[in-house]
Amino acid sequence: MNVHDKYKPLTFWERTYLPRIWDGLVLTMRHFFFNLWHFFLASIGVQREWKGAVTYQYPEVRRPIWPRLRTLHRLTKREDGTPRCVACMMCETVCPAKCIYIVAGERPEKQIEKYPLQFDIDLGKCVFCGYCVEACPEDAIRMDTGILEFAAYGRNGMLLTKEMLLSFVPKKEHYTARPDLEARPAPAPRLSEA
Amino acid sequence: MSEIIATALKILFFVLVFVFSTAALLTWVERKQSALMQDRVGANRAKIFGLRLWGLFHIIADSLKMFLKEDFRPQGAEKLLFLLAPGISMFFAIAAFAAIPFADVLVVGGTAHVMQIAALDVGILYVFATMSMAVYGVVLGAWASNNNYSLMGGLRASAQMISYEVGIGVSIIGVLLVFQTVNLQEIVRAQGALLGGWLPKWGILYQPIGFLLFFTTGLAETKRIPFDAPEGESEIIGYHVEFTSMRFGVYFLTDLIETVLIACITVTLFLGGWQVPYLTAAGFEFPWGVSLALSNLTVTVLQFLGFSLKVAVLLWFMMLIRWTLPRFRYDQVMALGWKILLPLALLNIFVTAAIILFV
Ligand code: SF4
Ligand code: SF4
Repeated sequence: MNVHDKYKPLTFWERTYLPRIWDGLVLTMRHFFFNLWHFFLASIGVQREWKGAVTYQYPEVRRPIWPRLRTLHRLTKREDGTPRCVACMMCETVCPAKCIYIVAGERPEKQIEKYPLQFDIDLGKCVFCGYCVEACPEDAIRMDTGILEFAAYGRNGMLLTKEMLLSFVPKKEHYTARPDLEARPAPAPRLSEA
Repeated sequence: MSEIIATALKILFFVLVFVFSTAALLTWVERKQSALMQDRVGANRAKIFGLRLWGLFHIIADSLKMFLKEDFRPQGAEKLLFLLAPGISMFFAIAAFAAIPFADVLVVGGTAHVMQIAALDVGILYVFATMSMAVYGVVLGAWASNNNYSLMGGLRASAQMISYEVGIGVSIIGVLLVFQTVNLQEIVRAQGALLGGWLPKWGILYQPIGFLLFFTTGLAETKRIPFDAPEGESEIIGYHVEFTSMRFGVYFLTDLIETVLIACITVTLFLGGWQVPYLTAAGFEFPWGVSLALSNLTVTVLQFLGFSLKVAVLLWFMMLIRWTLPRFRYDQVMALGWKILLPLALLNIFVTAAIILFV
């Protein structure tokens, strides 16, 4: 519709509203009968899917998520299993919600001086901005677990500890629901992975 | 004595079984139909033993939820009225069903029983009298909750209901003029006659404008979209904003019962009530000469089924309207009621009366 259409004076029949109301009713009625027919076909097993319905039957069928979607955080590990994080406090500093708490510990080796003794994220405050991921110089924190369900009954349940963050793994299965994306050539490995 | 038992049975059957189950079913129909209209699947989560039945168990789940939710009473609320108000609304909505005829006469053991809870001669007047009382439940509930916003909502609701009460009353006078009676059973019987030997003489043929006006004002009476300015309890603060759990549930159910009521009255006045085309007291008599004799019981059952079917179609249509049109602004509601519907209804009376008088 042209934007300026709404400034046009209405015609007589438009001003009575009745033909327009009828048009609207016919439109919704058409959707109703189309969907009713396909619902009927689906319920007697002729059709496997619901034509027209755009709803995902949530707990059973999950909507494919975009690979770049920011889901629950995780901490990545080195080959030897130690956390990649060097407790530089970059993420804690950049976090706009001030929901990351890091306590740094000292490491005996000379190349890597620090590691996180404690690394908590308070999801009750997190706004999922992803700044922590961007700020990290070590690629130690990522938001690619594919976990979207983390509701809890209390505020304590919203606290992610270092152990939990380290135990999460990237969820690839959630991404495979988009074969078109899977078929693309894999991106070049990040510097820290190489 | 047998009269009392018969009446009790009729109340049990028509009000408790028919009206309540239709209203309860409407909560499901509403969710499912809106889903179909909007390309969704709709409520289907509730299940018993793995059985989902297209979400029919949501009726049970909904009512359980209503009973189990916190029953909140605001500070300083008028205790008695706060308790009674939803009930008042519901009582009058149900009481109106007493005069609705749902079939002709059923002969049991030699006595003829009129299939109408109270065979009132003033039928339609009684229905309108009770219907107009429903506004007390609304305004008392709004006042008793000790909340100025809900009081405003209640005033808004009662202003709308009373304005449309005028329109709805005037819009049926045309029908009364055509059938020359206010007895609902008589009105339905008169609609059984055939016009030109084949066309059932339903009220809508004589009063198409009256039908439109009655239906529109009736929709406004039920306080449903597009006239649901009183209802939006969350977004525009309606009269029942302080009502929780089953107190709210009763208001909610009252709305649905009123919807059924409006559908029943529309069917009775305009769509031939329990008349099934070509079905007379003795059986089917088709205009092309074929006839089929049926027993009195079969005829009564068929008449009731015909009545239910018409009510069901009308309810479906009301739901269709509800999920298609947007909400009217409050001043538009008032302007439509007083400046358009009421003058049209008056004009309809004059034209009808002139035609009856001179033709
Ligand atoms: S996503 Fe944003 S708010 Fe959440 S922890 Fe990271 S920086 Fe803080
Ligand atoms: S920015 Fe990275 S390395 Fe630095 S503390 Fe945060 S997670 Fe650890």
